[in-house]
Amino acid sequence: MIDFELSPEFESARKRAREDAEKLFRPISRYYDEHEHESADDLMRILWQRNISGRGLLGSGGGRMGPEAVLLAEETFRGDAGLALSAPGPGLAGAALTASATQEQRERFLKRFTEGEPKWGCMAITEPGCGSDTAAIQTSAMRDGDEWVLNGEKMFASKAKKALDSGGIIVVWATVDKSAGRAGIKPFVVEAGTPGARVEKVEDKLGIRAEETCVLILDNCRIPYDNIIGSPEVIDKTKTEGFKRAMATFDFTRPFVAAMALGVGRAALDFVKETFQREGVEIRYGSTRHKLSALERDVMDMESNMKAAELLAMRAVWMLNQMQRNDLQASMAKTKAGLAVTRVTQKAVELLGPLGYSRKNLLEKWMRDSKINDIFEGTGQINTLIVARRILGYTREQLK
Amino acid sequence: MISFSPSEEQQMIINTVNQFAVNEMRKLYRECDEDGEIPPEIIDKAWEFGLIAGSIPDKYGGFGSEHSAVTGALVAEELAWGDLSMAMHILCPALVAFPILEAGSEEQKEKYLSLFCGEGYKPATAVLIEPRFNFDPCALTTTARLDGNEYVLNGEKCYVPLAADADLLLVYADEDGTTQGFIVENGASGLKIGEREKNMGLKALATYELTLKNCRIPKGNRLGGEAGCDFSRILNYSRVALSAMAVGVARAAYEYSLDYSKQRYAFGEPIAARQTIAFMLAEMAIEVDATRFMTWEAAWELDKGKDATKDASLAKMYADDMVLTVTDRAVQILGGHGYIRDHPVELWLRNGRGFVTFDGMAIV
Repeated sequence: MIDFELSPEFESARKRAREDAEKLFRPISRYYDEHEHESADDLMRILWQRNISGRGLLGSGGGRMGPEAVLLAEETFRGDAGLALSAPGPGLAGAALTASATQEQRERFLKRFTEGEPKWGCMAITEPGCGSDTAAIQTSAMRDGDEWVLNGEKMFASKAKKALDSGGIIVVWATVDKSAGRAGIKPFVVEAGTPGARVEKVEDKLGIRAEETCVLILDNCRIPYDNIIGSPEVIDKTKTEGFKRAMATFDFTRPFVAAMALGVGRAALDFVKETFQREGVEIRYGSTRHKLSALERDVMDMESNMKAAELLAMRAVWMLNQMQRNDLQASMAKTKAGLAVTRVTQKAVELLGPLGYSRKNLLEKWMRDSKINDIFEGTGQINTLIVARRILGYTREQLK
Repeated sequence: MISFSPSEEQQMIINTVNQFAVNEMRKLYRECDEDGEIPPEIIDKAWEFGLIAGSIPDKYGGFGSEHSAVTGALVAEELAWGDLSMAMHILCPALVAFPILEAGSEEQKEKYLSLFCGEGYKPATAVLIEPRFNFDPCALTTTARLDGNEYVLNGEKCYVPLAADADLLLVYADEDGTTQGFIVENGASGLKIGEREKNMGLKALATYELTLKNCRIPKGNRLGGEAGCDFSRILNYSRVALSAMAVGVARAAYEYSLDYSKQRYAFGEPIAARQTIAFMLAEMAIEVDATRFMTWEAAWELDKGKDATKDASLAKMYADDMVLTVTDRAVQILGGHGYIRDHPVELWLRNGRGFVTFDGMAIV
């Protein structure tokens, strides 16, 4: 039954999440944007405490959650995307382990995220020579007796430094057989403290500056043999099960990346609407087009683009919950959300004129923050390509 | 609990209407567009589904299912996917039936609703749009003035579907600054049905200009009787219907151009193998889905008795733009062939352009 009902309990959780995110993030938002490589330690400790006490990132109460989880995530990122992304916990590494690790591995690698001091997980896929084209990964994993020896350079590894400094883990994607292409690419767990794994550089970025983005060097980094996630076998070069499973992680994360995008868009849109309201500018929903001012039309356009992306994201999560394949729908949501919030935040800066461009307000920061959503977890173009292949029924060879 | 899945019953209705669209509407729509006529047989066949009677309670002679804007939106999308002119013709009687169902007085329901539950198609229509560029459904120039036991209607209207054949016309007019509905029977004095209109699209649907000159109707014929009607709510039902239809038209154009792009070869491969074409299609797919969900959400709000003005109007504005973009892209993907009337995409572009104009021409 088509339904958009949000329970009163959810509505109050949503309100709490909003207030919480505003209280936790907003006062320090600007500071960590301007002090790029400083870590917000106090905040991290608060978020960690919540994590290990099972309260989720921002008082969501955890538990089973339907598509409305998108709306809750949106509230969190509405506070501050960079700081929220920096939150301690297993993160994407956890998602990869949950998707395909053995019970023993999960125990061994994930238990640390339930106790002690704040720890971070990190996922390292991208390399200087390959981004979206993950099949071109050069980082190698050579077997040497009871160990794997990892060599290579990773970039855009979020929170790699935090992971290594805190006793966390990094999931590194490497090839066991370069001639095997995608079939040879496997995920390996590198624990903090492993010799040969080091962060060489933390990048300076356009936005989400509170989040550290690292260059990770693997230099004869030796890890135990059973740190490989999934099977080490390259049984059939035409089979890319492991790789596909890795990509399946994105089916889960992409709708939430969409939600993150929407959070930033929502922050900007709310700021615009609040400013207009203070100035007595009314947005007359339901008026005919002729009677609307250009400004009203812009706001409505922003709102409907947000709504469109939000519904696509909720649909993708809903399908996941229904155990339906959702790769197409996840990419649709991600594509739309990235585009929508880039447009919404850029428009917001335009609409507010000097207030929008000034660093006195956070709006210009949100515009810079939002741009990442059209880039990471698959650029808008890559996601459009995925959508296009799926609707056409084309392989990657048929539609390049 | 958020869900994007139609109920089993709704899915059955979707399947039935879709089969009808594939097997009947899609066989005839080009001919109808060229001839400017829809064969009555196809309208009668659609009537048998009870799309309107199904929403009317037993006590007024209907099948008694609950009136649902969500179900209406699902039906409207499928019908419009078949053909927009036929869809509007098929659902035209709802323009009178549903406002009476939602906003009519008990007396009006008893008098009129059973008329829509009979075996034969009951022609009835709504009269809303006025022939000026800055037409505003909430600030009409057509007026209604109470004079003793009668209302006196004056004004000029256009885009009235099936006006010449309609037994009942629900005329919207301004009464002291708000829009109210007035039930007018065909043949009423002062009601003059003008020429059939010639429009860019919707060519198969007969629409008319109409003049009201001191048209007198009984006082009791005001929609909702003493209480009048909440016109904004009726308008929201219409916005949902039109958004859903826009989704149907856009989906038709998207599907057709997608198939074409896989069959049309250029430089040794299907044009769909080029990103410039494939990306247009991807965007079309995304926008069609997004608009459908926005429409559903607004419809759901109506079914829950909420004020849907914001979401319904946003959905409608978004749909107006979306359907134009998508149908335009479809023509573009077919290139020169898209411009030729052998292919349907030019028809969908012409029909799609109209949605910004079609205020109140359909309702769910």
